[in-house]
Amino acid sequence: MKNKRLDLSYSQMKWETIFRRLLIFMGVVLVLIVVGILITLIKESIPSVKSSGFGYLWSKVWDPVQNIYGAYPFLIGTLLTSFIALLLSIPFSYAVSIYLGEYNPKGWLSNLLKNSIELIAAVPSIIYGFWGLFVLVPIIRQIETKIGVAPYGIGVLTASLVLAVMIIPYAASLGITLIRMVPSALKEGAYALGATRFEVIRSVVMPYTRTGLFAGVLLSLGRALGETMAVTMLIGNTPTLAHNFKDLIFGPSNTMASVIANEFTEADHEQYLSALVELGLVLFFVTVIINLIGKRIITRFTNN
Amino acid sequence: MKVIKSLKVAAVAIAASALSLSASAQDNTLLGAGSTFVYPLFSKIFAEYAAKTNIKVNYQSIGSGGGILQLTNKTVDFGGSDAPLNADQAKKIAVPVLHIPMASGAVVITYNVPGLTTGLNLNGAVLGDIYLGKITTWNDPKIAALNKGTKLPETGIVVIHRSDGSGTSFIFTDFLTKVNPEWASKVGKASAVNWPAGLGGKGNEGVAGLVKQTPGAIGYNELAYALQNKMTFADIANKTGKFITPTLETTTASSNVELPANAEVSLTNTDNPKGYPITSFTWALIYKEQKYSDRSADRAKQLLKLLWYNIHDGQKNCAPLNYAPLSKSALKVAEKILKSATYDGKAIL
Repeated sequence: MKNKRLDLSYSQMKWETIFRRLLIFMGVVLVLIVVGILITLIKESIPSVKSSGFGYLWSKVWDPVQNIYGAYPFLIGTLLTSFIALLLSIPFSYAVSIYLGEYNPKGWLSNLLKNSIELIAAVPSIIYGFWGLFVLVPIIRQIETKIGVAPYGIGVLTASLVLAVMIIPYAASLGITLIRMVPSALKEGAYALGATRFEVIRSVVMPYTRTGLFAGVLLSLGRALGETMAVTMLIGNTPTLAHNFKDLIFGPSNTMASVIANEFTEADHEQYLSALVELGLVLFFVTVIINLIGKRIITRFTNN
Repeated sequence: MKVIKSLKVAAVAIAASALSLSASAQDNTLLGAGSTFVYPLFSKIFAEYAAKTNIKVNYQSIGSGGGILQLTNKTVDFGGSDAPLNADQAKKIAVPVLHIPMASGAVVITYNVPGLTTGLNLNGAVLGDIYLGKITTWNDPKIAALNKGTKLPETGIVVIHRSDGSGTSFIFTDFLTKVNPEWASKVGKASAVNWPAGLGGKGNEGVAGLVKQTPGAIGYNELAYALQNKMTFADIANKTGKFITPTLETTTASSNVELPANAEVSLTNTDNPKGYPITSFTWALIYKEQKYSDRSADRAKQLLKLLWYNIHDGQKNCAPLNYAPLSKSALKVAEKILKSATYDGKAIL
């Protein structure tokens, strides 16, 4: 005899199909948006690519009056600020993840800390910009006077510091969630064998969550690469390249995102506009390449 | 494929609704877009005009470049711009565009020199050398020569410029291009240039913030912004060599000279001995031939009447908002230009 409960009713079948199609549709829309952005960027930057060629990537002059465009200083500025910010933020985001994930996962203090970290991500970047400009810059200027570099106050280091604060929540909140998800059987096993808390974290929690934590760091990096407003207000916006190490860290610079934000509205001739769009295209590729490298690192870690 | 098709349908539907929205812009609303600099003045005049005539004006302050683009695309009745059309833009529009001066503004040189209590005198040549990075300390003999009797410190000069493309930068670099030959050959004039020295601040507030904070800083701001924020600024030598304090009067004076009939003129380095040298008009841009797309003669007339109001009764709003009103000769030229606008070849006013 046939079991009726195993048959799907017509409406159940219909709903199944609709739901699946809905999921596919959502996914396709997202992909289409990204592809659409890429196509627009490529199409709009053709005039600039034609006139500057590959020299665009390593030419050092950006001169809208003479129509000479080179993205090199901005490329360096973008990578420099993002990676310095990332280095500064990693200890904090890891420490916060471990503390709130393992040491203090429950209770009001834990919730308060977790919420305030998430609040960091909710503050608009213009606020960070102004805070940096009026609070952080004078402090940095005093430090610069003491160590004998040009006391501008604004520059790569200042921008990176603010950027570091801004990106902590991305790695941290992912880290907290992941560390809380480590099966307690594993940890209890380790404790039962006489491991200390530090040893459990080092040999059980960390290996178990390593790839996830790294993915969080990648997320932070993506955010740092594209951050515009706060960086624009603090980086000094100069197209000249630094000549020595001190200037490279303390001196003013510029990033691709800030150049686009600064100059797009008043770009008054076609080639200029196209050069700015090409800057967006370069930024797009930089993000893609860094993400691909990140994914490679993640797979390698997982295989081991 | 089905997905793509339905997407297409959606896109068309959105586009169509947007089109019908713009087409249904009511007949008693005129549309404008452009310069952010002139926005406070325009919104005041337009509010007043709406109360008097029931004609509303919707002005979007999206920047001069954006205003020109919208005029080119014929989505607005007039554009607002702090610079005349450049060759590229004129070529794109392809038909004659009228530039009607609406008011003028000035760019002032702000500074932060520790210990300096008296004013500061500068001229174009020295200013250019400072911005070229050739003069690097405040007690440089070239600056001292312009400020006899003032004790200047040996503090290093920190040059601050706008990082965003702006009409303010255009006016400033236009002035330097006229008075400093090395600036003209190395840098030139534009709303954003390849700055040879210094730091960039975003917007008027970015520059002002950096100048206020950084000892030894020099920067430039709109006169209106500097007045509202009570900043100190330098007197600049004009063509006759006289040091002029930037005020609304000296700014207006700078345009009280023989002007070309189309008013597409840079006012910097004015010939007027009483005029401040770093000034500019801000213009309203309209098509000379007002019959285009499906515009009615009535709409064209309303537009011309509005601009006529702007340059006459509207001018009394300039001074309270820190804009320099049009000078006598500027007004005369503006009237003539407005009268030259046509609908289907016939004069409108």
